[in-house]
Formats: sequence, C-alpha cells, structure tokens
Amino acid sequence: MSLAEEILRGDIRAASRLMRDIDDRMPNAMEELKKIYPKTGNAYIIGITGPPGSGKSTLVDKTVEIFRKEEKTVGIVAVDPTSPFTGGAILGDRIRMQRHSIDDGVFIRSLATRGNLGGLSRSTNDIIKVMDAMGKDIIIVETVGVGQDEVDIVNTAHTSVVVLVPGQGDDIQAIKAGILEIGDIFAINKCEREGADRLEGELRATLEMSPKREDDWTPLIFKTEALLGKGIFELVYGMYRHREKLMASDHFERKILERTKWEFLCILDSELRDTIVES
Amino acid sequence: MSPERKIRIMVAKPGLNGHDRGAKIIARGFRDAGFEVIYTGLHQTPEQIVAAAIEEDVDSIGLSSLAGAHDYLFPRVVELLKEKGADDIVVFGGGIIPEEDISKLRDAGIKEVFTPGTSIGDTVNWVRRNIKPRK
Repeated sequence: MSLAEEILRGDIRAASRLMRDIDDRMPNAMEELKKIYPKTGNAYIIGITGPPGSGKSTLVDKTVEIFRKEEKTVGIVAVDPTSPFTGGAILGDRIRMQRHSIDDGVFIRSLATRGNLGGLSRSTNDIIKVMDAMGKDIIIVETVGVGQDEVDIVNTAHTSVVVLVPGQGDDIQAIKAGILEIGDIFAINKCEREGADRLEGELRATLEMSPKREDDWTPLIFKTEALLGKGIFELVYGMYRHREKLMASDHFERKILERTKWEFLCILDSELRDTIVES
Repeated sequence: MSPERKIRIMVAKPGLNGHDRGAKIIARGFRDAGFEVIYTGLHQTPEQIVAAAIEEDVDSIGLSSLAGAHDYLFPRVVELLKEKGADDIVVFGGGIIPEEDISKLRDAGIKEVFTPGTSIGDTVNWVRRNIKPRK
C-alpha cells in the first residue's frame, strides 16, 4: 500500500513519514502528494507570526485547548530556524504544546527553515496539505520568530495573526512596511507588562491611517496574556469572525487562486534552482 | 529535486526531575553537529515522548534522567515504541545512571547509555556511527 493510501486510512506514522519525505525532498513525495491532493482544501488555516519570544507557541497551545473543547481536530506546523553554519536546528516550539501530544485529535510537526527566508520552510505548504488530507479541521502554522519582512505566512494562511509584545520600539516601528501590514488580527501578548496600552494605541492609530483593505476587513486587536489564558476566547472569536467574513465574500476564492499561483511560482523557483545547481 | 536526508533526534526528559541543563547541552551539541533536534521539555511521560517521536518521524530518541527512575522509564519508552510499530527508532540514554543498571537497560533495548564525564564529541560520534536517517 502506498503512503498516500495509508494516510487516507488514518495511519499517523504514514503521514509523518510523508512529511519527512517532503521535507527531505525525496522524489517519491510528489507522487504521494498528488494522490492525496483531491482530499485537501477543507481545513481552515491559521497563521501565527511575530518576534522571537513574543509567546507564539504558548498562544497556539491555549487556542488549541479551545478548539479541542469544540471537538475540532487540529494540526500544528511549528517552524524554527536552521543554523546557517552547521545546518542543524533545535526545534523547541513543541515544549509549550506537549500536553496535547497524547491527544489523537492533535498532530504537531516541528520543521526547520533549512535556509529558507520568509519565516517558513519550503516544505510548509505541502506539509499542511498532508494534515488537510488527514482530515484536520484546523491547521495552525507558527512561523519562526520574525522581524519585519518575513511575510510568507500571508500566502499560506486564511487568517494571519500577528503577535506583538510591549516594549519593542517606538511608534516609527509601527508605520514601517512589512509584518504590520499582514495582520488580519493582532494579539498584544504579555499585556500585563508596562506599555501594552500605549502599543495598542499606536497600533490602532497606524491601522486607522492605513488605506481601506481590498477585502474590506478592519484588523482586530486583542490583548492577551497567553500564559494565564487571558484573552484567548476573544482571540479565537476574532479568528472565526475573520473566517466568516472571508467565506461570505468572493475574496476567499480569489485568495485560493492567488495562493495556488504563488505555490506554483515557488515550486518553479526551487525546481529551476535545483536544475541549475545540479547541471 | 535534490534529496537530502537529515538526522532527526528527539531529546526528551522523562519523569519528574526538573534539571535539564545536561539535556540542553546535548541538544546544542547535536545541533552543532548538523542534526535536527526536537526538544520536548521537562516532565514527560513515556506516552508523550513516543507520541511526539512518531509525529516528528525521528530516527532516534535520547532520554535524559537524573532522578533514578530510569529503570522504569527508559524500558517503557522502548516497549511503547514496539506497541506502536515504531521500534526502528533507536533509543539511547544518559544521566546519572549507576554502573550496575547499564546492562539491564541494554537488555531492555536501550542501545547505549552515557554517564557523566562523556564528552559531547563522543556522544555525537556515537550517533554518527549508530544512527542512520531512515530510507
């Protein structure tokens, strides 16, 4: 039996093996992916991004708790950086989520960037497809800790959540291009720290000054204290609101089209690069 | 495509002891050797470790124990891997482990046991010799 057939029959190990084959760029992986592709497209994909140490993993852990109470199954892709010198990596996002590891309704996979820029690994989109085919209702993608310009998540997720923490610079940081433009939702985490209100004010002012978005969505801001579970219900509610809005408009279809185009260009890019390097 | 298999290792701390300096140093050493290291954090049950190892498709699990419950915890991980049909994952261990326990652990399927004083280089070399990324 092929990996794809085993995955569609619910075999966890087959799924994790295909993910490895995808990540390691094994030639058979594409064939297997083709076979599961018709079973994808049902999951709701949430991206969580933000600076290192802002609490992304802890936020993911707490939102998963809510999704599980609603009896939704969850896949998590957590990306951490690869050392540019040794090629090694320490993948530690799981530490904050390990309590979900024995829950059959949750599948967590850690990935290293392996030199990819943009906040995700090259394999992320395909690994999401495997989780989608496994039947996960919700897939959460946690990017590496990002600075200003790593915004690939916007092409991967249906809803992008940008996590910020107080005390990371003055208001000029808030008007620069990049990460602040991609948030459908903002979580001001560690909100019990000094400066949370000011950050919220600055963020609100920045968003109000921004031109009206193409999808007519006004980004929401939530204050959270992930470690204590504060503000998580509100955050999840915000995700659902964004999803509803997305589904109700033709913007969703357009987003899917754009994403497919983007994925195609990514594949083209990497295959071309490999062909040139090999020749 | 240019295929590239990387060694993936999970470093895990089963049981109740709360000191993971050693585990972190080993994890760091593996990173510097070019492996992808999944670190699970403290206070893990064997069930959690095995579930995570399967989801992460690791080639090997390194268990660290300083608190004396290795006699139960290490073999239990091997047993659970077998139950799940994942006994191709190589288990090794390290920590404060009395000499007389080592052969028992080996018999239980722990491939190697490292005790205090082992250099990181030796551990890395052992991994390179004994753990191959799966086909």
